[in-house]
Amino acid sequence: MKKKELKFVVTFHTTADAMAMEKACKEQNVPGRIIPVPRAISAGCGLSWCAGLSDREQIVSMMKKAGIEEEEIHECMV
Amino acid sequence: MIYLDNAATTMHKPQCVIDAVVSAMSSMGNAGRGANEASLSASRIIYDTRERLCRLFGGTSPKQVVFTCNSTESLNIAIRGLLEPGDHVITTMLEHNSVLRPLYEMEKKGVKLTIVESDRNGRLDISKIEEAVSDETKMIICTNGSNLTGNYVDIGTVGKIAKAHGVLFVVDASQTAGVFPIDVEKMNIDVLCFTGHKGLLGPQGTGGMYVREGIAIKPLKSGGTGVQTYHKTQPEKMPTHLEAGTLNGHGIAGLHAALGYILETGIDNIRAREQELMWKFYKGVKDIPEVTVYGDFSSRERCPIVTLNIGDYDSGEVSDALLTDYGISTRPGGHCAPLMHEALGTAWQGAVRFSFCHYNTDEEVETAIRAVRELAQEDE
Repeated sequence: MKKKELKFVVTFHTTADAMAMEKACKEQNVPGRIIPVPRAISAGCGLSWCAGLSDREQIVSMMKKAGIEEEEIHECMV
Repeated sequence: MIYLDNAATTMHKPQCVIDAVVSAMSSMGNAGRGANEASLSASRIIYDTRERLCRLFGGTSPKQVVFTCNSTESLNIAIRGLLEPGDHVITTMLEHNSVLRPLYEMEKKGVKLTIVESDRNGRLDISKIEEAVSDETKMIICTNGSNLTGNYVDIGTVGKIAKAHGVLFVVDASQTAGVFPIDVEKMNIDVLCFTGHKGLLGPQGTGGMYVREGIAIKPLKSGGTGVQTYHKTQPEKMPTHLEAGTLNGHGIAGLHAALGYILETGIDNIRAREQELMWKFYKGVKDIPEVTVYGDFSSRERCPIVTLNIGDYDSGEVSDALLTDYGISTRPGGHCAPLMHEALGTAWQGAVRFSFCHYNTDEEVETAIRAVRELAQEDE
């Protein structure tokens, strides 16, 4: 397994929200990708958006503009 | 074969729909069940289909588009998930059993039901819906178009009545989605129920509903959702709230392609062609002796359906003769609309339904007219 590093992770209530996020990020060249929700955040299942810590501001502002609803926002080792 | 049973299901699908299903079946995983590429490809196409449906129906959020197997499932979710004992609900004689049977079951549980009558042409007097509204009325539920006569119901006017009285408005768009303009916002529709395999030109087993934001429906099913595994209850957020279990991803991929085709072709163009074929057929058969055509043809706006009988022949016999002698596929019998048959006086005889798709040709319609004329002459 690769070495973990601290990342910016957004979780969602539904798969539809995660897909809305991915689509908006791709359209607006916002960095990051879909990963399974890290266990450190939730022992469930589902999808999350993972990006570098430095991308946080850009991502949060894009989500606000696009009306994308997050479940939680974290910084954690991924 | 000349296929004139498009109100049951459109058989001729655009090639892009077939290609999309085939491609999905060799590449798609289970949507929302992991972040592997196969699963994501399913999730992406399903989400994109929500967006296309939201756009087609004038919705405010793709998350309010719920996928089901068909209109019947959507209507069951809306009826059973919104009504409680003591509520009053108003519906019409035009309805299909997919509306009537769940309502009859709810009636046994204490829901009060008013069924607004139509005239002998299956015409609905919308003012009678408003007259039926009382303080206990929770919902008005009606079809946008009769599957038996093709009569169109002006849901914009019904929606205004529902809004004026603060009553939920649920629409069965089985015969109109993909062919007639539907705008859930402008028409004040709270829940729109549709199927994917008729006018939307998608595969059977696809369908859904658009639920206005803020309307809470009790789920019909609970189960796997791909999120909140350790919660004991179904997640509250839409669309997951009403979608338990694996979605018909392969079918939805086909519906996605079908919606692309419809949005590109334009529903106004599709409807104009289907109505042109319907009127051609209607004009060709209406004056044939022994032929009785049912429904309201005084209005231009109607679904591409012409339903008739020849003399007092059993409709099944006529439909069989159309198939064996002319290779024409129609539907005879009861059409799952028992109250409409009672209004038309065809409960015993049934009726032969000819329903058109924009893929049908003028030649096919001419053959069908000739067939009806010849069969009617045999009756003389």
